[in-house]
Amino acid sequence: MTAIISFIAVLLLVAIGYVGGSAGPSVRFLFGVVIPYAAFIFFVGGLIARIMKWASSPVPFNIVTTTGQQKTLPWIKHSKIESPYSAFGVVIRMALEILAFRSLFRNLKTQLHEGGRVAYGEAKWLWMAGLAFHYSFAIILFRHLRFFIEKVPVAVQMTDMLDSFLQIGAPLLYATDVVLLGAVTYLFIRRVAIPQVRYISLAADYFPLFLIFGIGATGVLMRYFTKTDIISVKMLAMGLISFKPVVPDTIGAMFFVHLFLLSVLFAYFPLSKLVHMGGVFLSPTRNLPNNSRAVRHVNPWNYPVHVHTYEEYENDFRDKMKEAGLPVEKE
Amino acid sequence: MKIYNGGPIFLGILVFLAIALFPFYNNFGKVNAKPEPKVDTPAIQEYEKANGKKECIESKEWMRGEHMQILNQWRDSVVRDYNRTYKSNSHPNAAPFNMSLQSGCMKCHSNKKKFCDECHNYLSVKPYCWDCHIQPEEKEEVKS
Ligand code: HEC
Ligand code: HEC
Ligand code: HEC
Ligand code: HEM
Repeated sequence: MTAIISFIAVLLLVAIGYVGGSAGPSVRFLFGVVIPYAAFIFFVGGLIARIMKWASSPVPFNIVTTTGQQKTLPWIKHSKIESPYSAFGVVIRMALEILAFRSLFRNLKTQLHEGGRVAYGEAKWLWMAGLAFHYSFAIILFRHLRFFIEKVPVAVQMTDMLDSFLQIGAPLLYATDVVLLGAVTYLFIRRVAIPQVRYISLAADYFPLFLIFGIGATGVLMRYFTKTDIISVKMLAMGLISFKPVVPDTIGAMFFVHLFLLSVLFAYFPLSKLVHMGGVFLSPTRNLPNNSRAVRHVNPWNYPVHVHTYEEYENDFRDKMKEAGLPVEKE
Repeated sequence: MKIYNGGPIFLGILVFLAIALFPFYNNFGKVNAKPEPKVDTPAIQEYEKANGKKECIESKEWMRGEHMQILNQWRDSVVRDYNRTYKSNSHPNAAPFNMSLQSGCMKCHSNKKKFCDECHNYLSVKPYCWDCHIQPEEKEEVKS
């Protein structure tokens, strides 16, 4: 049900983008310039606001989670990355987490066997599809820089060339287009096909999947099927980034669907689970060193407690203590 | 609002801004030229004299988006079916065209650098066709 609602929502967005793109010049200006600017400002501002909110929440305990031997006695082998002790170890651990999705790699499948025996099996598909999805998304975004830089840098050209090395058709097929749409499709099927996962899936899980699929699909349609004048698209893109916006009228409506879905994605980003892009860096279970035996982690919530020391106590009661024959430290 | 661990977090935000705003500051203060493919080659002028107008094998708007696809179709048609003549759909009165990259398109568009490359460089499109097919000689380019 939630999946169907999200699907209809994205279809509606496609329709809005299409109608906007087919309308007169002022509406096209709204969809080609005003909405993208607004969405971009909201994306950058919103993401920073979310990060500041996280940064203002204290971490009361050292809650690092580890999967390796803590640094202890010199003759016990220390697992430097799984249970990092130094800042360097933490950096390596975070890099592996962000670039290789290490904790997702440990994903397990729990099965109940006959006689109530529980067994854990490998479940690497989620990790693989997640990695494939994120990397193809990043590569596509990087390739899109050709619309935003006048003299396209060599790095972008090389990526373009490697991505189309299969030399299928004209214009050449990009491998990442196939991988992106395939991986998003898998991630969706996983959510509906596995009962436990379907049970915990919300509209907020389906909606971004459909939205990203929509962006990819409209891009693919534009490149291989319906075509649009992409020379004019570059003029629009360059106009946006140099604050001299133009909306050439040779751009087809499909581009406006692409751009509108993208604007929605950007605006939705800081409000949704997609902020994990920034959040992953701030996960205390990953980014703290496991040095709680060596370094005292002071809870920032601690308020100043009035402590009455023994010395003060003795000062208060010295006479009475002497009378009662109790030993005192100072005469 | 008290900020904890501000140092690395602000550094991270700076890196994020540097990436997100890259296109803006990278292009700052530059003047952007748009490509203007030239269609004034001798072959096209001859065609204009004979037929009274400049025209491509199909309408200009259609060619903009679809020329790579038609080249692909031409290639298949010639190499697989041995069919070398192309009848235009949008110019029904035009004489059939020779389905060929080198002696079709490039006969009219003999100014590759000022035509095909003008657009392709703008968007960094690098057709690999010229690994095998021969580019038209462009004398005026050599001089300048
Ligand atoms: C109006 C600008 C323009 C002109 C003029 C032009 N092209 Fe293109 N061409 C493009 C664009 C834009 C693309 C890339 C399309 C895409 O990426 O979707 C392209 C792609 C191609 C491709 C596919 C390349 C690939 O790697 O995918 C071939 C082949 C091609 N052009 C051949 C030619 C030839 C030959 C000429 C000259 C006779 C020419 N083009 C003139 C704009 C132009
Ligand atoms: C008979 C000569 C002739 C042939 C053959 C020819 N063209 Fe053209 N082409 C022209 C002319 C003339 C124009 C300009 C049309 C206009 O301004 O309406 C043009 C326009 C174009 C455009 C659009 C340029 C723009 O500014 O938008 C492209 C792309 C193009 N041709 C590619 C090709 C390709 C690829 C082939 C081979 C498949 C080809 N042409 C074959 C004469 C020719
Ligand atoms: C590996 C070398 C090679 C590459 C790369 C190549 N071709 Fe060809 N092409 C050939 C050969 C060989 C023929 C056959 C020539 C003939 O039979 O007249 C041919 C024929 C053609 C023909 C029909 C005949 C003619 O006279 O042009 C077209 C059109 C064509 N190629 C287009 C392209 C396009 C467009 C590209 C780039 C996207 C390309 N080719 C890349 C080798 C190549
Ligand atoms: C999150 C951001 C985006 C994603 C995931 C995305 C995705 C895609 C995909 C998968 C394609 C298919 C072709 C290819 O891979 O190059 C494509 C094409 C395209 N995209 Fe995007 N896109 C994004 C942002 C943008 C933006 C900001 C623009 C505005 C300039 C844009 C304009 C285009 C155009 C014009 C094409 C057609 C390219 C061609 O014909 O070669 N896209 N997009």
